[in-house]
Amino acid sequence: MSEDIWILGIHMTKFGKHPDKDVVDLAAEAAVGALADGGVTMGQIGVLAAGNLMGSAAGIGQQLQKQIGQTGIPVYNVANACATGATALRTAIMAVKAGEVDYGMAVGVEKLAGAGLLAGGSKKADGATWTPSGRYGAVASTDGRVGTETMPGVFAQIGMEYLFDHEYGGTAFELFARISEKNHAHSTLNPLAAYTKRMSLEQIMGDVMIAYPNTRPMCSANCDGAAAAVVVGDSTLQKLSSEQRRRAVKVSASVLTTDPWEEGCQVLPNVNTLTRNAAEQAYEQAGIGPDDLDLVELHDCFATAELVHYDNLMLCPPGGAVDLFESGATFRDGSTPVNVSGGLESKGHPIAATGIANIWEVCHHLRGEAGDRQIQGATVGLAQVIGLGSACGVHILEKSAA
Amino acid sequence: MAEQIPLVDYLVLGDDPHLIAHQCVACGARFFDRRNACAACTATDFVTVDLDPKGTLRAFTIVSFAAPGIPVPYVAAVVDSAGTSIRANIINVEPDPEHVRLGMKVKLATYPIGTDDNGTEAIGFGFEPS
Repeated sequence: MSEDIWILGIHMTKFGKHPDKDVVDLAAEAAVGALADGGVTMGQIGVLAAGNLMGSAAGIGQQLQKQIGQTGIPVYNVANACATGATALRTAIMAVKAGEVDYGMAVGVEKLAGAGLLAGGSKKADGATWTPSGRYGAVASTDGRVGTETMPGVFAQIGMEYLFDHEYGGTAFELFARISEKNHAHSTLNPLAAYTKRMSLEQIMGDVMIAYPNTRPMCSANCDGAAAAVVVGDSTLQKLSSEQRRRAVKVSASVLTTDPWEEGCQVLPNVNTLTRNAAEQAYEQAGIGPDDLDLVELHDCFATAELVHYDNLMLCPPGGAVDLFESGATFRDGSTPVNVSGGLESKGHPIAATGIANIWEVCHHLRGEAGDRQIQGATVGLAQVIGLGSACGVHILEKSAA
Repeated sequence: MAEQIPLVDYLVLGDDPHLIAHQCVACGARFFDRRNACAACTATDFVTVDLDPKGTLRAFTIVSFAAPGIPVPYVAAVVDSAGTSIRANIINVEPDPEHVRLGMKVKLATYPIGTDDNGTEAIGFGFEPS
């Protein structure tokens, strides 16, 4: 057995608009913050894994080193859609687990404020003569003609499919809007969230429709932000101060999966099976079950996504996601609070930062440092992200016994 | 009559328009795109099969906000055609949740997309209420 892994230091920037900072500034703020939080320096870090999805050809890891320390260590620049941050963290964890380094750092950063719709319209301009091209032999752009490529539309269908499969008899629009209402209410307690305004159900349902049933506040907020974490193995942690050991958070499970083939998965992305697989592996690794979780940060890139992940993470019996939500369990005063940070719909979704920022949120509660939004007595939490394509990262975190 | 060309190569035009799929000989998995191998079982032999033009609406969204140049609103959907999932728009229907319902029966329909400089007409497809 390889040794236990710990989050020694972790930091996230304020999510929102940072017009005066570029991606390197934001990454540096997160990285320096994580180092300071862990009580270590760049000189001790043995490996750096970094992600910046929108600039993935530019080598954000080396750009960051040039600002905060060119120590010659290996850099892994990673890209895995919305799971990029979790992939960076997992890369650093694997290096420490393998015994190649004592300290690893993961950084995720994105600048997305004002970015608008992030997918769709992959033209292929309609030419002067119809000429078949591509893997479908298309003579013209297919986005909008053969279904949709837009993320709000894809995830809308994922939520609607769940309701179809489980014969939901209520009003889909209102159900999903109420999930969004919960997360916007949660965000009022999070000073680092991009949007911290409580929104009424009427406001949410009356806002601009993007892709039914997702209105604008039911979609993840494009914004700027970064997050970073420093990880160590148990043998290294034991040599550190009692304060460092007390604040360290145990990574009880770290899992990354892709989607196994199933009928229809190349027609509408199946975000369910790979998440369920990741959750199963994570619960097995950690030796704990969904009932043990004190809080969950899951990938509510759209309100429609949060519902299906209740089921995928086994927070409810199969098919029971609507009942779980209706029971109030996922509100911050419920039995399994979900997205007490406000979730991606209000905290924001600077893509590559998200998979580390959700871990920061969980760590914050496990350390008892979450201030007004502290989930009292939290000892175990789970963070999940999913990137279409697809990749799913699940981490289970536990409070230190030290 | 002007010459016609399908929007995608898995749409077969003619008197009886229908969709086709590449079916893995070994495991039966179906795909719409050009294949290198089977994603389900890794075998490399495929046959072409005709799909049932009738189906059931499994999932949908009504897209109101799209990339520039794409007319909105439109209904994007997944149709279950005898166990095979198909991505398509739902057409010839009011694009609102009162007229588009999960589980509704639909059938394949084609429509002209436009004519190019050679006079060739491109034909698209969707599913309409049946």
